[in-house]
Amino acid sequence: MQVGVDLAAVDDVRNSIEVFGSRYLDRIFTEHEREVCDGPIDRMAARLAARFAAKEATIKVLRPVAAQPNWRCMEVRTNKAGWSELVLTGVAQEMAASAHLSDFSLSMSHDHGTATAVVMAVKEGPR
Amino acid sequence: MSDEAAIRRVLAEHGKLPGGASDLAPDADLYQAGLTSHASVNVMLALEDEFDIEFPDEMLKKATFASISAIDAAVQQINGES
Repeated sequence: MQVGVDLAAVDDVRNSIEVFGSRYLDRIFTEHEREVCDGPIDRMAARLAARFAAKEATIKVLRPVAAQPNWRCMEVRTNKAGWSELVLTGVAQEMAASAHLSDFSLSMSHDHGTATAVVMAVKEGPR
Repeated sequence: MSDEAAIRRVLAEHGKLPGGASDLAPDADLYQAGLTSHASVNVMLALEDEFDIEFPDEMLKKATFASISAIDAAVQQINGES
């Protein structure tokens, strides 16, 4: 197993939305993530902060040496029941395959101005 | 205004560095100085505004924003390619 965890301050995300607007949102989050998190700014910032933490936690699992996946190729997909899963595309998917990482699991939370996420993946083959 | 001065100003405004950016050596590790992953996003966006550039995906890695010198080199590279 390889695991990553990250914290993100909700205020930082809200500030970025206020200062950089769609440039920030488009760079970091997918259309699905933005749709799921849409709502009043405080609620949106908290949910997006959790997703930013998820992306950073995923990077820690992938352990990039040179190239780093852009944030949008590590997507948090949320189903109607409310559960979320991690979907890797592009460079992130290639990195996972090269490192023999699979079965990514994700859990997120946010409270009192802080969001957190933990990501785990199964590593196959010799360490 | 030199690129380094502009980069320091962007870092001061968006980097959330506890000790500020004015006294940092050009090759000082910005992450050691307190630059977080999220703050580096804001720094990136502000640098794009400051220099009218866009960082390509392949340059969006920790090393690009590791120091003032590294940022300066990246900006020069992008400007040289545009």
